[in-house]
Amino acid sequence: MGSNLFRVRRAADVNSSLVVAVWAAITILMASPAFATLGGDIASVQADQIHMQGSRRTTAAARYTVHEIQAATGTVVREYVSSDGSVFAVTWQGPWPPDMHQLLGSYFDQYFQAMKAQSGARMARHPLVIEQPGLIVEMGGHSRFFTGRAYLPDRLPSNMKAEEVR
Amino acid sequence: MRTRILLSVAGLLACWGSVACGGSPSSSTKTISIAQASQNVVPISVNSGPAGFYVDGAFASVTVCIPGTSNCQTIGDLLVDTGSSGLRILSSVLTVSLPQQKSASGNPVAECLPFLGSYTWGPVQEADVQIAGEKASSVPLQVLSDTDFKVAQGCTNFGLPSADTLQTLGANGILGVGFFVQDCGTACAQTGSSNPGLYYECPSSGCQVMGESVAQQVQNPVALFSSDNNGVIIELPAVSSAESTLSGSLVFGIGTKSNNSLGRATVYTPDGFGNFSVSYKGKSYATSFIDSGSNGYFFLDASTTGMPVCADASGFYCPASTQSFTASAQGTNGASGAVSFSIANADTLFSNLSDSVFSELGGPAPNMFDLGLPFFFGHNVYTAIEGKSTPGGTGPYWAY
Repeated sequence: MGSNLFRVRRAADVNSSLVVAVWAAITILMASPAFATLGGDIASVQADQIHMQGSRRTTAAARYTVHEIQAATGTVVREYVSSDGSVFAVTWQGPWPPDMHQLLGSYFDQYFQAMKAQSGARMARHPLVIEQPGLIVEMGGHSRFFTGRAYLPDRLPSNMKAEEVR
Repeated sequence: MRTRILLSVAGLLACWGSVACGGSPSSSTKTISIAQASQNVVPISVNSGPAGFYVDGAFASVTVCIPGTSNCQTIGDLLVDTGSSGLRILSSVLTVSLPQQKSASGNPVAECLPFLGSYTWGPVQEADVQIAGEKASSVPLQVLSDTDFKVAQGCTNFGLPSADTLQTLGANGILGVGFFVQDCGTACAQTGSSNPGLYYECPSSGCQVMGESVAQQVQNPVALFSSDNNGVIIELPAVSSAESTLSGSLVFGIGTKSNNSLGRATVYTPDGFGNFSVSYKGKSYATSFIDSGSNGYFFLDASTTGMPVCADASGFYCPASTQSFTASAQGTNGASGAVSFSIANADTLFSNLSDSVFSELGGPAPNMFDLGLPFFFGHNVYTAIEGKSTPGGTGPYWAY
C-alpha cells in the first residue's frame, strides 16, 4: 500500500520528563511503515496504521519499542515491539474502541470466546478483565471513552513489568 | 416474582421530604430527600430487571408515540444510564410502529453503538417521547435488532458481542441520560476516515457507513424536553448492604423547579472525554468517572487493591472480608472531595438470588475508578448536559 494513505508526522521530542526518566528514550522518525498486530512480526504488517489512517511516532526504550498511532477518529493505539521484532502488547484510548480484529490478529478468537463466556448467572455491565493462558485483555470506559490493553504475559521482555504497558 | 416497573408508592411515600431513607452505613448517617412523583420526576427502581438476573441496575418507564399522534406505548424496565446518551428499545418489546429514519438518498438508517462489553445494533426510528410530564417531539432513537438489517462488518469489528435481546441486554432498552446531547456528535457527521463508523445507510445491498448530521443522530431525550432539559438527578436512598429492590426518583432539570435545586452539592467538571480524576494512595487516575449504568465500584486491579477476583462472578472482587476504601475525586474545575466505599465478596452477595441491590459490589477496572450505581445510593447525583446553562454553571458536570 502506498505511503500516501497516511501521514507520517515528525515525532515531537520527548517532552515528558517522566517518559525520559522511565525509558531513557530516544525518539526517531520512522520513514517506512512497519506495524504488526498482537503476536505478529514487525516486518510482516503495516496494516494497522493504514487501517486506522493515522499518524504515527515511535519511541525506543531499552528492551522494546513503542509505536504510537493516532487514528483519524481520535483513538490512540500503542504497540509494544520487543527487540526480536514481535508485538507483545497493544493499548488503546480514545472516543471509540479500536478494530479489535485488526489489533488482536490471531488472538482475536481466544479473546472473543473468553469475552462471551464472561456473562455469568447475574447480569452486569462493567469493565472487563480477561485472563487467558498466555493472553490478558483489560478494558474500561463509557460511551465516548474507551481504553484498554492486551498483552502476552509470557512474551514480555525479561524484567519488564506489566504495569509498563500503558 | 420481581418488582416490575410499577412504582412502589409506599416506598416513595416513606421517602418524601427530608426523611431519612433506607438504612445508612454504620459510620455516617446519610439523610437525603427523594422527590415525589410529579411533572419532572419519574420513579426508578433498582431490581433484577425484566430478565430477572440483573444486579445494581436502575430501571424506569418511558412512553413513545408515533410522532404527532396519540398512538403510544409505555415501555418499562429501561436501564437508566448516565454513561451514555439516547433512548434504545428492544425491537422485541416495541409494538407501536415508529417511522424509520431515512438518509438523504432515501435509504433506511441503522446504528451500531459500542458499549463496554457489547454493542447495540438496529434501525434509527423517531418517536415523540414522554417521561413523567416531560415531552420531546420526533426524537431519533435506536431500535435494537440484529435481524431488521444484517449487522455491518464495521460493527462486528469492534470485537464485542451484540446486546439486542432481552437475554443479552437484561433490560427492555437503555435510557441514556448522560453528559452528551447526541450519542456520537460531530465525528459521525463527517465522511471519510475520521468518521468512527456508527451510522449506516442500508439499501437492500447491505449497510454502508454514512455521515449522519448531528440533529439526526440518536438524541438524549432530556436535552430535547421543552423545559427541565439541562440535566438529571438520580435520587436513591442509602443501602446498608443488600436488598431485593430499591425505589427512587429520576428528576429532570437542575435548578429549574423547587424540587431540583443544586443545594449544597459540589460541582465536578469532566475533561472532554467525560472523565475526572480520582486519587488513591498518592496516585492519580485521570480516566475515572461516575456512571449509573455500571453495576458496581470498578477500580484498579487485584494487586493494587489487595482483593482477589471472584472464582464464579467474573469481573468482580471477592475479598475474604469486606474491605473499606477512601479515595479523592477531583474535577477539572479544581473541586475535590472524598469518595468512600466498601467492597464485599461478590460470590457471597450473589448467592442470595432474591437480592439485586448491593451497596458493596465492586470489581477491577484498568487504571481507573468507575463509580457505578452503588455510588448513587445515599447520594443525590446530578448530571448536567453539555452546553446547557444551570445554576452550577454550564454543563457538562456531575454534582453531589
